[in-house]
Amino acid sequence: MTGTWLGMPPFPEAARKALGDTQLRTNLRKATGTIRGKRAAVVAERADWEALRVAGKEIKDRTLHNLDTYLEQLERNVTAAGGVVHWARDAAEANRIVIDLVRAADADEVVKVKSMATQEIELNEALAEAGIAAYETDLAELIVQLGHDRPSHILVPAIHRNRAEIRDIFLREMPGVTEALTDDPAELAAAARAHLRRKFLTAKVAVSGANFAVADSGTLVVVESEGNGRMCLTLPEVLISVVGIEKLVPTWQDLEVMLQLLPRSSTGERMNPYTSTWTGVTPGDGPREFHLILLDNGRTDALADDIGRQALRCIRCSACLNVCPVYERTGGHAYGSVYPGPIGAILTPQLRGVTADEVSPTLPFASTLCGACYEVCPVLIDIPQALVHLRAKAVDAKRGKPSAERAAMRVAQWFFGSSRRLRVAQRLVATGGRVLSRRGRIGRLPGPLKGWSGARDTATPPRRTFRTWWESR
Amino acid sequence: MTAREEILGRIRSALSTVDKTETVVSRDYEQTIEGDLVELFAERVADYRATVVRTAADRLPEAIAEQLAHFGISSVVTPADLPAQWVPHADTDAPPLRVPALDATDGVVTACAVGIAETGTIVLDAGAGQGRRALTLVPDFHLCVVRADQIVGTVPEAIARLDGTRPLTWISGPSATSDIELNRVEGVHGPRILVVVIAGAPEEVPQATRMSSISTP
Ligand code: SF4
Repeated sequence: MTGTWLGMPPFPEAARKALGDTQLRTNLRKATGTIRGKRAAVVAERADWEALRVAGKEIKDRTLHNLDTYLEQLERNVTAAGGVVHWARDAAEANRIVIDLVRAADADEVVKVKSMATQEIELNEALAEAGIAAYETDLAELIVQLGHDRPSHILVPAIHRNRAEIRDIFLREMPGVTEALTDDPAELAAAARAHLRRKFLTAKVAVSGANFAVADSGTLVVVESEGNGRMCLTLPEVLISVVGIEKLVPTWQDLEVMLQLLPRSSTGERMNPYTSTWTGVTPGDGPREFHLILLDNGRTDALADDIGRQALRCIRCSACLNVCPVYERTGGHAYGSVYPGPIGAILTPQLRGVTADEVSPTLPFASTLCGACYEVCPVLIDIPQALVHLRAKAVDAKRGKPSAERAAMRVAQWFFGSSRRLRVAQRLVATGGRVLSRRGRIGRLPGPLKGWSGARDTATPPRRTFRTWWESR
Repeated sequence: MTAREEILGRIRSALSTVDKTETVVSRDYEQTIEGDLVELFAERVADYRATVVRTAADRLPEAIAEQLAHFGISSVVTPADLPAQWVPHADTDAPPLRVPALDATDGVVTACAVGIAETGTIVLDAGAGQGRRALTLVPDFHLCVVRADQIVGTVPEAIARLDGTRPLTWISGPSATSDIELNRVEGVHGPRILVVVIAGAPEEVPQATRMSSISTP
């Protein structure tokens, strides 16, 4: 069973521990380096990439600004096509609906397609408590599940494991695997195929998420590579999809944008191997029963925040993780949530509430504000701006009133409002800071920064900003 | 209050200060591309390490037979409405084969709805000659015939041709995973071998040519 996120330490503590793990850093550096190169190549191929990003942003904004209307439209179309729509306020309610549906189908096991939403609600744990076994079928999820581990990346949850570690996990946990198994990725994939084959062919119930839900046609979309998604969406009799309410797009035509942005941003491919779309049920083709569970679980709180709302545009491509210098060094576990990296730093505190636990208020600080995430985001989420905004919220929540620190954050927020302003500000600071500093440290700062700098020394801003250094790497 | 009412209520209050006029979506991205689409399609499909074959339409049955022989496929299933002369000795999926029977079959031969040149993608929509989704999923070998006139340039052109309410499967190469150190490895749960046969007008393809898959290390 996958470990839970409950009681995770604050980010700085978890990060310090992760930084001591050199194997983890080697694995991550290699993997994110590979994917950065692939993404850059397929993005460079498209002269219209910026136009696609703008369209992607506008489609999601249009969705969010009229979310009630589109949800009702989706519900009508799914129902008309023979599906059943359920609504879940929170994780507990969604889990209860799934458990009831599995029991109604007289099943005691389910096959699962990789889904962030079901990880977020910790469905596997809830199913286990109800005596229902959940089999993860995505290779990386399987590695995490068999390793009694937690996911550390949105796209490749086992990114922190190298091939030798994966071989060891298979050898230990997969029935029938012998010492003859090598760490050749093709052999490891073949072992997973053999392991899951019978499950696919006999499972009665499948649980999935969805990458997109199209309001005007009632269509659900799952984007994948391995074919485990197709297996789960096609062979079982009952299909249950748990989908966050922000996953909608208004029209069928909108998919022409999303299906170009997502594969290039996430796996760095022109197109992923398989994309499945389905609308309700089709007699003689696929499941006889389809249930769609629309999940809130904190999303409406994020929706109410004018700056934080943009996090709901996220299409979970994970490009922001792969370029993030903090993520590359700490790994995903330090973020204490299924959503790691830059998007996690702005999504988790909003979904859970900024004071919900120990880790949430520290997450908006898990960033250098270098802006690399914003530059790759296919739906133009201004993550640095949202981070600064949430820092202010976290500080306020701690102090109970607006503070000098918050005032400083407000100023910073203005700078991060545009990436050009940020570049200018960073260069200004790089020069200005040197004027103020004595022997490499800055003591008391003037103006609103006084209260903050009184208690701590500020390191002299470097001659090269972090951002110019990272870009030139 | 039901969960539905409560969630919709929360959304409405969250958006109470938001301007509800519909955001216009600017679609300034490419709608079409220039050039030899069939050639580009063949190249891009081969990039995924699928096997691509071009043949004249009147030589299609021979081209299919050659590929089945090449990959050692002896038992073949086809959708009930696939032209019978394409694969004379195939079993048809009528009445629908049960999953264990499909699993015991070497390969499947189908037609498709659309091919996308820019991305090297074939799309199946359960229409003519394509059958239900399980048919192209369970056997380990899939040979898909694409007529040259089914190939469009871009994803927007494909979306415009497709009906969203039909069950669709977009296929770009054989099944693969990037889950081990982010390297693409072919062959997980879907068919491990994908052969795409492009059937052109007789005068376009003077003789059958086979493009071997381009392999990148
Ligand atoms: S925030 Fe943007 S870059 Fe990061 S996962 Fe979401 S869509 Fe991708």
